[in-house]
Amino acid sequence: MLKYVIKRVVLMFATLFIIVTICFFLIKLLPQDIPQEAAQQEAMMERLKAQGYDKPIYVQYYRYLRNIFTHWDFGTSWKIQKMQPVTELFIERLPPTVLINLYSLLVSLPIGILLGIYAAIKKNKWQDQVISTSVMIFVSVPSYVYAFLVQYFLYFKWGLLPPTVYSLADAGGSWFTFQMFKSMLPPVIALAFGSVASLCRFTRAELTETLTSDYMLLARTKGLTRAQATSRHAMKNAMVPILPMILGGFIDILAGSFIIEQIFSVPGVGQLYLTSINQLDYDVFMMDTVFYTFVGLLAGIVTDLSYGFIDPRIRMGEK
Amino acid sequence: MSKTAVNIKSIPAEKFAFVNRGEKLTDTKFVDKPVGYLKDAWIRFCKNKGSIVAAVIILIILLFAFLTPAFFTKYDQTFMDVYYAKKAPRNIWLRDHLGICSGTVTRDFNERGMLVLIGIGIGAEDTQGTGKVTLEEGMASYYQPMKEIGDPQEITGMIGSKDKTIYTCELDTYLEYGFQYQSIEQSEYKKIKEWEAQTGLQVLYPLVEENEWNLEPTNANYWYKTKKGTPVTVNARGKAKEIAYEPGMVLEDNYVRDADGNPVYYMFTGGGDVDTAQYKVRVLYYNYYRYVNGFEPEYLFGTDSQGYDLMLRLASGIKLSFLVALVVSIINFTIGAIYGAIEGYYGGTTDLVMERISDILANTPFIVVATLFQLHYASKLGPIPCLLFAYVTTGWLGMAYRVRTQFYRFKNQEYVMAARTLGASDARIIWKHIFPNSLGTIITSCVLVIPGVIFSESMLSFLGIVKLGTEKTTSLGTLLADASSIWMNYPHLMLFPALVISLLEICFNLFGNGLRDAFNPSLRGVEE
Repeated sequence: MLKYVIKRVVLMFATLFIIVTICFFLIKLLPQDIPQEAAQQEAMMERLKAQGYDKPIYVQYYRYLRNIFTHWDFGTSWKIQKMQPVTELFIERLPPTVLINLYSLLVSLPIGILLGIYAAIKKNKWQDQVISTSVMIFVSVPSYVYAFLVQYFLYFKWGLLPPTVYSLADAGGSWFTFQMFKSMLPPVIALAFGSVASLCRFTRAELTETLTSDYMLLARTKGLTRAQATSRHAMKNAMVPILPMILGGFIDILAGSFIIEQIFSVPGVGQLYLTSINQLDYDVFMMDTVFYTFVGLLAGIVTDLSYGFIDPRIRMGEK
Repeated sequence: MSKTAVNIKSIPAEKFAFVNRGEKLTDTKFVDKPVGYLKDAWIRFCKNKGSIVAAVIILIILLFAFLTPAFFTKYDQTFMDVYYAKKAPRNIWLRDHLGICSGTVTRDFNERGMLVLIGIGIGAEDTQGTGKVTLEEGMASYYQPMKEIGDPQEITGMIGSKDKTIYTCELDTYLEYGFQYQSIEQSEYKKIKEWEAQTGLQVLYPLVEENEWNLEPTNANYWYKTKKGTPVTVNARGKAKEIAYEPGMVLEDNYVRDADGNPVYYMFTGGGDVDTAQYKVRVLYYNYYRYVNGFEPEYLFGTDSQGYDLMLRLASGIKLSFLVALVVSIINFTIGAIYGAIEGYYGGTTDLVMERISDILANTPFIVVATLFQLHYASKLGPIPCLLFAYVTTGWLGMAYRVRTQFYRFKNQEYVMAARTLGASDARIIWKHIFPNSLGTIITSCVLVIPGVIFSESMLSFLGIVKLGTEKTTSLGTLLADASSIWMNYPHLMLFPALVISLLEICFNLFGNGLRDAFNPSLRGVEE
């Protein structure tokens, strides 16, 4: 087991390394935009030279990696925040993205799973039909449509404007104030529609499968009521695939949703990415790329490995 | 029981007879045709009503996209009118018969703003320039933008502003523009006069004096005398008296009049000989539009932010999005099938190496791939090929994975061994013997690629990473992106594209799921 985990982690970093290398070269090949103003130009050239940007591209790459390993330096932002280290800029933008997605996951988890369980228990009855049909629709409709609907009805029709928060100070100086939470509600709601629907669909599918299996019949035969059998036997087994998915979802929180951040002007990681490509701020773009790749790989590996921890029957890495 | 058994044993031999001696015994022919795999899938697909409905809706949307330019709209792709940009849906027939699609919006006005719009109707009704049209006659005018005027509401206690009266009015946005000054040649002027005589519609209206009673000389809608915007009557000594807004109100005109007191319809502003002499005229834009185009402005889906017909833009957006999705689906199918087949069939080291390659591609975020392609090649190749490349780079992975799984399932089966023993080549075994088994999976995922591509295209356009919109073509995502900052005031700009995308997504998912179930033989008989 430990051997398998180590193997997966090593493989993950190897993949990350290759992707980062390819992206680095592709991004470095893009034309660099030097500012017109003499003072700025000089400052930029100096900093660039210090990072070795007048050397061949593989030397640059070597320095880039060395800077990351020695002092966690991903380069400098030139356009978005003049001369600010990218890591600082990035860490500033992380909390809104994480919080919004965390809230929306926390809201949708209980609703989605409960709806899924209810639909599975009432399989092929009208309750199931209603839930399944609406889930089908809610899964398919793109997330930005919910964002528009939330905006239209909350803002425009009902006038329930949440407070606009421009800075941390506005919301009382912390990410966790009630004011901040209220201002985050519209994107949270918009995100929740889709995740409730997909959780519900997944739960229903898994639970219906376990409900029709033989051990459920045995459980009923030995005298358990339907509720007892469902909660003690079916639920536990249905959770085997559901829990890893939830764990993966928690890691995906980091990546956030571009379109929701764009529509609700959330100053998050996704918006940073979009600004960086619009203004051609390459170091920021590069850092975002590394981050998204890492988050994706991590979510995959956690999902895979958690199967082994949740279900003792599954032995990881066996042929 | 035992008695009969004994009896059977003791039946005498002569009692036995041949049943059909001398007849040839052959297999009876099948009464029905055998049901093949595809036929079977088709039969089961037809049982799934949801999928059928979804397929029909997709077909309708496609038909709409291809037939619109020819049948449903009288505009062509280059037709635009800046004065009728962002207008709500309007259709005269539907408005007169069903009361929908009237092109109206509800807005709040103060009294002065309301009077300007009411004035358009009154001015349009004043065909002879006499200035004697009453409020009631003006309100009944065909060109009256104010369709309904609500009761006045007092708004008091507003911080930082005076108390004011607000009227909530229903406004026809197509008539809101009202009058306009135009500079035309004399020949054009004559043509308009002819057209007016033929149709009985009036385009040219009297010019307005540029004096102290004219609030905004460039705005042709102030044809009546005002003092700082409030309508007034002016007596012989030049004293102004305000006109109250009440039944029977008559606005005092501010027309340019000649020595005989007749209103003047044109002003010579310079220019060459008889035909090319430039005239300044005041036109009612609604009728001027009719004169130029020969029909009234009506757009069933409204107009987009630049003044193009939204229905046409939508049709062309659907076409482009579909085309991209279809091309991606076909290319993915080709690459994915070949890649997956080789991986799955040969296994071992080949599989390991190829799996690592697809692992790397699969973990590169798609949005990064799309961005890099756009930044590198958009200026050379154009955005659409770049978008296709981005999809093709990572899009086939899912297909390859599915094909690989299918190959692992089938490659060690006896019939494959038999084929190999008989000397079939690898290529023959792959394509003739194993591949057809995974056809169902492949077709299903080909179909399910389409909604994915349509969604991510719309997302990339919306985020501004891909810029597909031109005068001729547009995509569904570009339409959404155009609407994104202004749609609160013009909901139809967002409504139609979002509706079409949502419908397409829902229907394609339903359709794809139906296909998947139909192609899965293990589900036969489970549905009931």
